[in-house]
Amino acid sequence: MNILKMSKVQKSFGRNHVLKDISLEVNKGEVVSIIGPSGSGKSTLLRCATLLETMDGGTLSYMGDNVCELKNGKMEYAKNLNKFRKCFGLVFQSFNLFPHWSVVKNVTDAPISVLKRDPEEVKAEAMELLRKMGLEDKAEAYPSQLSGGQKQRVSIVRALAMKPEILFFDEPTSALDPELTGEVLKVIKQLAEESMTMVIVTHEMSFARAVSDRVIFMDGGVIVEQGRPEDLFGDTKEDRTKQFLQHYQNL
Amino acid sequence: MDLMTMIMKMGDGLGKTCAIFFLTLLFSLPLGMIIALLGKCKIKVISSVTRFCISVLRGTPLMLQLIAVTYGPYYLFEVSVSRNKLIPVVVAFSINYAAYFAEIYRSGIESIPQGQYEAAQVLGYSKAQTFMKIILPQVIRVILPSATNEIVTLVKDTSMAFTVSYQEMFTIGKEIANSQTSFVPFIVAGVFYYVFNAIVSFIMSKVEKAMSYYSI
Repeated sequence: MNILKMSKVQKSFGRNHVLKDISLEVNKGEVVSIIGPSGSGKSTLLRCATLLETMDGGTLSYMGDNVCELKNGKMEYAKNLNKFRKCFGLVFQSFNLFPHWSVVKNVTDAPISVLKRDPEEVKAEAMELLRKMGLEDKAEAYPSQLSGGQKQRVSIVRALAMKPEILFFDEPTSALDPELTGEVLKVIKQLAEESMTMVIVTHEMSFARAVSDRVIFMDGGVIVEQGRPEDLFGDTKEDRTKQFLQHYQNL
Repeated sequence: MDLMTMIMKMGDGLGKTCAIFFLTLLFSLPLGMIIALLGKCKIKVISSVTRFCISVLRGTPLMLQLIAVTYGPYYLFEVSVSRNKLIPVVVAFSINYAAYFAEIYRSGIESIPQGQYEAAQVLGYSKAQTFMKIILPQVIRVILPSATNEIVTLVKDTSMAFTVSYQEMFTIGKEIANSQTSFVPFIVAGVFYYVFNAIVSFIMSKVEKAMSYYSI
């Protein structure tokens, strides 16, 4: 079943046409990585999918329900967007944890005050998730007391606590030094093994290759090439993709 | 008149000084937040009118505003000036300080990174929840030092009430100074204000300490 379906997505900032006709479907349990140079529209695509940006054209749906539709040349979004926000979680490059709350409050507040779930139950689940991520001794710490890798793991736990159908990652390791990158990637791999549906924008090529069911290469606001990782990395079809991937092989 | 009598007489007015101080804080702190939010309103008319009002309140002397609020109604509508001047004094002070607090709040709100709003939005928090639970607590922490500055100024500004002959401590002191041709009441007033502000600073430093349980 399609968890996420985007088709013919258009997005411009002023005269800058960032997304030109992007279509993307993600099935349950699928892990999709999006790679490509800076400015190719990867992050904008995620921001459109997570309702942080409004699209100029195209369609977006979660679990078969349309989020928006074009009416008389104007994009109209559904009234109750929170219904859709319950479907997805987003992990930011810069974590965006709430600095005035402890780790456990960061993780539990939204399920309690947005989803109106039972506080005791939420807290027990949160502690279980933190334990799984090796963070149980940090439950009462404040974000400023954590390393970058720990912050990012907490923000993954915060997203998971909402029990999303699909989890988006916007360059989850780009703000981390190489030593801390590993611990975050390990967590994402673990989620992949548990069949979490995920879309990951990343510059970590070997990680994308190892974890993904499908890799998408974007450039200039279009999908240039996509396929199974072994095909895209091993038997690259498009010249532009080859050119991009070369930069990683030279290292 | 001996020193003790002077202090006693001026001490009588201290209650009114405190009344101006606390009532002004009570009204101007929330009013300032409302003005700050109106100033950020997406409807252009509202935000520009708000900004214009702030510029008038900050750009004209508090003394003038006190006179305008106290005697304005008489000149405009021939309403007699009320005997109890506390109301117009507190109104003038509250509006004036709200304008300053609004600018302090604005600086605080603008210091919160966009990512905080985005994280809250993705998690499904409503706009009101985002503001009350996530933005406001961080804003309060950021603005505490500048708010303290403003509150200390307010303590001293209460003396402006003498322009409309409101019988607070400084007005009484000035009257004694005139009738006794003595400089001593001014020294007494200075000591009063200094002690008052020492207490204010002490309390605010405690509040700041309590709020700094996290760092950014």
